[in-house]
Amino acid sequence: MSNGLIQVGLFSVLVTAVSVPLGLYMARVFTDRRTFLDPILRPLERAIYRVCGVNPGSEQSWVQYAVSMLLFSAVGMLLLYGMERLQWFLPLNPQKFGGVAPDLAFNTAASFTTNTNWQAYAGESTMSYFTQMAGLAFHNFVSAASGIAVAIAVIRGLVRRAAQTIGNFWVDLTRATLWVLLPISVIGALVLVWQGVPDNFSAYTQVKTVEGTTQTIAQGPVASQEIIKELGTNGGGFFNANSSHPYENPTPLTNLIELVAIFAIGAGLTHTFGEMAGDRRQGWALFATMAILFLVGAGSAIWAEQRGNPQFAAMGIDQRESAGQSGGNMEGKEVRFGIVDSALFATVTTDTSCGAVNSMHDSYTPLGGLVPLVNMQIGEITFGGAGSGLYGMLVMAILAVFIAGLMVGRTPEYLGKKIEGREMKLAMLFILIFPAVILVPAGIAVVTKAGLAGITNPGPHGLSQILYAYTEASANNGSAFAGLNANTLFYNSTLAVVMLFGRFLMKVPVLALAGSLAVKKSVPPSAGTFPTDGAIFVILLVGVILIVAALTFFPADALGPIVEHLVMIHGKLY
Amino acid sequence: MAERKATALWEPTIVRGALSDALYKFDPRVQVRNPVMFVVEVAALAVTIILVHDFFEGHSTLAGFELQIALWLWFTVGFANFAEAMAEGRGKAQADNLRRTRTETQARQLKENQEIMVPATSLRRDDVVLVKAGEVIPGDGEVIEGVAAVNEAAITGESAPVIRESGGDRSAVTGGTTVISDWIKVRITANPGETFLDRMISLVEGAHRQRTPNEIALSILLAGLTIIFMLVCVSLYPFALYGGTALSLPVLVALLVCLIPTTIGGLLSAIGIAGMDRLVQHNVLAMSGRAVEAAGDVDTLLLDKTGTITLGNRMATEFIPVLDVRAEDLADAAQLASLADETPEGRSIVVLAKNQYNLRGRELAERDARFIPFSAQTRMSGVDIGTRRIRKGAADQIVKFARDNGATIPEELEGIVERIARNGGTPLVVADEARIYGVIHLKDIIKEGIRERFARLRAMGMRTVMITGDNPLTAAAIAHESGVDDFRAEATPETKLRLIREEQAQGKLVAMIGDGTNDAPALAQADVGIAMNAGTQAAREAGNMVDLDSNPTKIMEVVEIGKQLLITRGALTTFSIANDVAKYFAIIPAMFVVEYPELQSLNVMHLATPQSAILSAVIFNALIIIALIPLALRGVQYRPLGAAAILSRNLLLYGLGGVIVPFIGIKAIDLIVAALHMA
Repeated sequence: MSNGLIQVGLFSVLVTAVSVPLGLYMARVFTDRRTFLDPILRPLERAIYRVCGVNPGSEQSWVQYAVSMLLFSAVGMLLLYGMERLQWFLPLNPQKFGGVAPDLAFNTAASFTTNTNWQAYAGESTMSYFTQMAGLAFHNFVSAASGIAVAIAVIRGLVRRAAQTIGNFWVDLTRATLWVLLPISVIGALVLVWQGVPDNFSAYTQVKTVEGTTQTIAQGPVASQEIIKELGTNGGGFFNANSSHPYENPTPLTNLIELVAIFAIGAGLTHTFGEMAGDRRQGWALFATMAILFLVGAGSAIWAEQRGNPQFAAMGIDQRESAGQSGGNMEGKEVRFGIVDSALFATVTTDTSCGAVNSMHDSYTPLGGLVPLVNMQIGEITFGGAGSGLYGMLVMAILAVFIAGLMVGRTPEYLGKKIEGREMKLAMLFILIFPAVILVPAGIAVVTKAGLAGITNPGPHGLSQILYAYTEASANNGSAFAGLNANTLFYNSTLAVVMLFGRFLMKVPVLALAGSLAVKKSVPPSAGTFPTDGAIFVILLVGVILIVAALTFFPADALGPIVEHLVMIHGKLY
Repeated sequence: MAERKATALWEPTIVRGALSDALYKFDPRVQVRNPVMFVVEVAALAVTIILVHDFFEGHSTLAGFELQIALWLWFTVGFANFAEAMAEGRGKAQADNLRRTRTETQARQLKENQEIMVPATSLRRDDVVLVKAGEVIPGDGEVIEGVAAVNEAAITGESAPVIRESGGDRSAVTGGTTVISDWIKVRITANPGETFLDRMISLVEGAHRQRTPNEIALSILLAGLTIIFMLVCVSLYPFALYGGTALSLPVLVALLVCLIPTTIGGLLSAIGIAGMDRLVQHNVLAMSGRAVEAAGDVDTLLLDKTGTITLGNRMATEFIPVLDVRAEDLADAAQLASLADETPEGRSIVVLAKNQYNLRGRELAERDARFIPFSAQTRMSGVDIGTRRIRKGAADQIVKFARDNGATIPEELEGIVERIARNGGTPLVVADEARIYGVIHLKDIIKEGIRERFARLRAMGMRTVMITGDNPLTAAAIAHESGVDDFRAEATPETKLRLIREEQAQGKLVAMIGDGTNDAPALAQADVGIAMNAGTQAAREAGNMVDLDSNPTKIMEVVEIGKQLLITRGALTTFSIANDVAKYFAIIPAMFVVEYPELQSLNVMHLATPQSAILSAVIFNALIIIALIPLALRGVQYRPLGAAAILSRNLLLYGLGGVIVPFIGIKAIDLIVAALHMA
């Protein structure tokens, strides 16, 4: 108990401490003010614009912004697909891996372009170093940068008055990469190397074990990919075992660094928002909302996992936490992380669109496994993915303001922008697409042969596996509930489509919303204005987020994890 | 103020009319305008078809569970129809009252100085008619000649006659009102069918009601939620099938109807119609629902000083003598100078002298008095009695008058005059040739309770700006005394227009009241422009609301009604969505308890059987619409508090209340259902 409080407390303090300066720094970066990195990066930035023919001074309407974003993603996805298929022909392939199968290559290309990083493959036995670095890691940077860019565009839409443009996608993309992602990644990678994470181009090492068998030790440019995996909330591991692998996440310290890196940008962007809106309390309100939902989730997951399995307790198995053991449900968890660090990681990775794992969510208790599922179902907005967390939260804020804002006797407004029919249409589209791309394909999967073939556990747990897969794909999380055999034509193709829909069908309405808000005049606040910077708003927003998610997913969850939990209490496990 | 008598909520004639209207509204072509209730109707139809099919196949009895579900679904649609019909019925009742006044009248049309009798309906724009005492004015128009007392009870409900005269700001007349003295010539300004009365009738009937912007946005939200719940229910079928439960259509449909926001969906249009109706009860006609909504959003209120903040006239409040003059002598002189002054100011001087010094108005004719009336050139008035030449008037003029007669001006006079002006008063100096008696303090009397009203408005977040032609000193004093937030002194009609534009440029919404022709541009520019019914036709055309009582403080009620309308919508939306939590706890365990008996622990309400649980949720969902009709028609209580206070209060009441109430309601219904062995 005290262990949990100390660890979660320390983590929360670190995130808060990191997020404020990072957020204010990002506000400077995206409002084109001076930063301490300018002497190094400005020339590089200018060179990039010259080579690419970008005019950094010209701003884009929301349509142009969206088209740029979609074109960039489409080309990037095609390149990655080609690279995977042709990696046998490309350099840096010491293990001589062949080309990736078409459906898997499509799935992976979609997965990394959408910041999902769902991996239906094992990295160390499928991808060459070239594919990992030039293909996957490239997308780790730019998919995060494109998410941040959209979030910044939405902020501009809210804070600008009577404006036709919401920024320039190419500039935002470049600045997010150069000023935010790259510098932190360089420092972070070096720290990880210090902690023992490898970073080389060597072929795998063959060793004789003590028992006399041979073991292949996979390695490669791990550290440089590891840090952006967290920072960009990508989650695609170098190895199949992801952050539970000792080469990705060797020590409790690296674990803490990775955790903080996952939340850093999502949390920081709330302050960027407050700063750009000229009222930091607005940013803190969103930060507080996210923090409350995170803490509730982390508390529930740690409690459920530490409590362990009541059936074991009945058999007299000691699951208590003590100096000698972590206790609780240790199935699928690493001993060096124990219950708290594992459950915390599971919560943090699904609060954001990261999806890196340091334990196997499939092996959690039903309620412990429900936490990551619900985190994703509320839209991954509790700090959330790089950029996607903030714009998702802003849409929820607009919804909350609309539902309850009427109750102060004014037509609803957020930051002085009136929320009218068009905004409502776009916000509802955003909110509607999410359950649609989860529930419809999951419904198909549970009654088709191809879908059912992937399930590895019977009963409600099988439903949880499928529900989890489509939820993470739609939310662009990419964490696996494990257990599901997903490298099949059915899952590769349906999940890829869901990932693409979950990313781009939601980003476009969000940009349209930004464009529609930008042209509006802003009403100055008065005593009669709905206050969006206080405790009441935070409580309301938490309530709206939970109720919308609960109303949408309660029936499905009830038949999956919830019934599994109830059945477990009555003595049956799946 | 003659408030229209509010119709009793469950007035039997209206209820009877609404019951039959509700039946017509089952027509899908009508229903499709409301997506939420349309889904319910389709659902009800689907369950009914299955029911009939199963009955003929011999699978079910007509007393079964499915039949009850089907019936309650139809009731749900019916209750929503009834709510809308009730709101419309109340409007129609008002319209009928108005229509009764629109009788066939004959008009004396003037053509080339010839008087010909024509039916009122044949009058067109720009025709000129003569209306004599006892006759009904045949159409809306402008008085071009004459002055008459007109009884406008037909429109305003106020029986006291009003004066209508050519020129000035009291020239508009409304068709259907009656001239009770003298005669007027009226130029008709509206073609038949477009008259004020016609517009009023169609407005209160709500026949061609346009949905307001916020109503449209809310409908989009409700439609979006409906689609989400359809996805939830459709996907639940395969999920259940995976677990081994084949859900029946009636059960799935029951879940769907319980989840979609039927409460607010069913009451939304009733809330809008009732809002307009409440305005009419306050004798305000809104030309569009949009204006009512905008009223709730108003940031800045422009108020004319005279008539709104102060009583129309200044009153004498004090006699301040100078030097060795006795106050009584000053009062005596002032009274003498005012005896023939019929202006309210003059009369107030006579009354004050009488009250303070018991001076009675003397019969002046006997004393050979000659009155000097006020003129714009001399800016003073007075009386010559024998040798005395008493004058009262503006300080500079009287000083000049006294100097011309050889007076030395007491030093203290200037100080007194300035002090009065600074305090918002008007100083009148009284002199008898070379002798200066002193100063009369005329004061603007602030209306009683106006300070409290401004405090209320401030609490609502609204800024009040007083517009006056006074000098800045006087204006500042009145502004201070009345508690208005800001003022514009020495204002011309253009000042209003400019001020409105300035405020709007900052994104603010502005409301104003006006009556004169020169107010028309500002009324048109304001987001909420309320024209006085007694004002000019131009003003009435320019505004988007008309106050039939011509009471300038009415703007505050209009704002409160606008806010109340929005709050009612928000409260019922929140309540409706919060309700779903309990419905899940009723229906989900009931659906799957056969396959997973362990789900019984989610049945927190301990509902008797799965069937009774589902049925109780559906019945609750239908009855709550009926239960909330009074709230929808009357509007939720509005208290002028800050937004944060209102929000937390309403969130607690309708948000938390919305979560808790259905748990109690569904449990109660379940007890009855179980007791009656309905399921």
